[in-house]
Amino acid sequence: MKELFINKYCHIKNNKVFVDGELVFAESDADSLRAFAKSLYRHLKPSYNKFFKMDEISKLGFLAAEVLLGNVDLSEYQEDISVVLSNSHSTLITDKKHQATINDDNNFFPSPSVFVYTLPNIMIGEISIRYKLKGENAFFIVENFNANLIASHINNLFLTNKSKAFVGGWVNQSEDDFEAFLYFASKSGELVHNAMEVNRIFNVIA
Amino acid sequence: MVYFISDNIISSLGFSTTENFSSLLNGEIGIKSISNSDYYPEDFPASMIDEQRLEAEFEMLTKKYSNTKTFTKLEKMLILSVEKAVQESGVEMHSKKTAIILSTTKGNINLLESQTSKLYEQERVLLWRLGEIIGEFFGNPNEVVVLSNACISGVLAINTAAGLIKARQFENVVVVGGDLLSRFVVSGFMSFLSLSPVACKPFDKSRDGLSLGEAAGTIVLSKFPSKKKNEIIYRGGASANDANHISGPSRTGEGSFIAIEKSMKEADIRPEQIDHISAHGTATPYNDEMESIAISRHGLENADVNSIKGALGHTLGAAGIIETAILLEEMRQNTMLKTIGFEESGVSRPINIIVENTHKELNVCLKMASGFGGSNAAMIISKV
Repeated sequence: MKELFINKYCHIKNNKVFVDGELVFAESDADSLRAFAKSLYRHLKPSYNKFFKMDEISKLGFLAAEVLLGNVDLSEYQEDISVVLSNSHSTLITDKKHQATINDDNNFFPSPSVFVYTLPNIMIGEISIRYKLKGENAFFIVENFNANLIASHINNLFLTNKSKAFVGGWVNQSEDDFEAFLYFASKSGELVHNAMEVNRIFNVIA
Repeated sequence: MVYFISDNIISSLGFSTTENFSSLLNGEIGIKSISNSDYYPEDFPASMIDEQRLEAEFEMLTKKYSNTKTFTKLEKMLILSVEKAVQESGVEMHSKKTAIILSTTKGNINLLESQTSKLYEQERVLLWRLGEIIGEFFGNPNEVVVLSNACISGVLAINTAAGLIKARQFENVVVVGGDLLSRFVVSGFMSFLSLSPVACKPFDKSRDGLSLGEAAGTIVLSKFPSKKKNEIIYRGGASANDANHISGPSRTGEGSFIAIEKSMKEADIRPEQIDHISAHGTATPYNDEMESIAISRHGLENADVNSIKGALGHTLGAAGIIETAILLEEMRQNTMLKTIGFEESGVSRPINIIVENTHKELNVCLKMASGFGGSNAAMIISKV
């Protein structure tokens, strides 16, 4: 039977970045996602101009992907990598920004550069452009992280030969907090990819 | 096997699949000029559902369920659509073996508006809560799976549902999708300059943008056959990203090409077996051109292609579901609908756009979808 393995995972939480559970970056002074993203971008130095056009939650997803995939050789998967993400607030913070531009008929200035980011899967698009990922996409909205949903969706895709490798996880921005958790899974490795393991690594960072 | 056992469409052209199908067969266009500054300061064309009928039918439904809760317009549309489809199929909604998947892009987004926001609790605008409300209404014990993946949400939800049944996680999956016409969405597409000033014209030479619509739709998939004549099954499906641009499709149709290729592989279908294609066909210059390229790259130039968006507009999270419901009806009746709004081809590849309602034996059909974020999806269905 074909099996999938978790190769690497990362968390962004409480202004800290962890890879495989180990702290790699902290910016305790950041008082917002905007400030934290700026600081982490400077630290990672991806030299990627498109970053500055993104909304805040896409920046968070992009930077988490940069931490996860930045030094991974993806060539053996020939662009056949799927991205399956989830969160609880969709793009609510950006939605409110767009809404603020249209509330008043006399002060009506909707902008395409804001509106385009009012879909959660735009973040998947940004990550896919950056790493040339042409596999399956799905963005699920759940109240709390649901390891079973993500792991079983990815395993179903793998078992039906839809993709060679997978990025799964959770990227959320609410009014007062932000958090990202991403993992990379492929056909070889040590850590078996199932709901229990995904749930365990999600909770590695308290 | 995964069977399509029942379906429903609630749109400007009716409250059932058959009602919508006969309206489309008669060439009716649900897209009308809207003069309502709640949606947009100026007039614009869009397809809207009959709100009085929605209220009346929903009231009968709440009496049946003795439910006294207050529901938003979108919740009423979604619940009514599920009820109609489930009634027809007889699927047990209280069963742990029945899952619900909700496809929506923006859900109750109009609750961000100051006049409606006070009527409901704050979290009502969150999409998981919308899923939960539908699950609670029908007493379904499972967490409703909510998919929000731009304009491919509907097709992706059907693909996901089929995957759940194939993996034996559920016996029945009710896939419901819907989106509202809202100030939020109208102003956003207006700012993109992607709305046509008239009812949209898929694949036409003079097409100049899309028309928006609101709708809800339901597709019920099951491991058990429906015992109807012309039984239709799910054969394969996939999604793929262009990895090219977040708001425009790939010039080469890359993601759409890959999604169709993977779908055909899973379905074990060769291009020459495909009788009919239900395209995404939004009538934006780039989308329709891209789809013609993806179709042509697969050598599908002989398959007959249509889009129903010229009549119902782009219904976002409902689109893939209501278009699949219409495709199922086309297959049951062996009748392909003409592409309303189309007159003369305006795409570079020689694809077969259907110009007259046509009787044809339909065995294998392809559904396509594409959307923002570089996302594309495809699905192949066939008769048993």
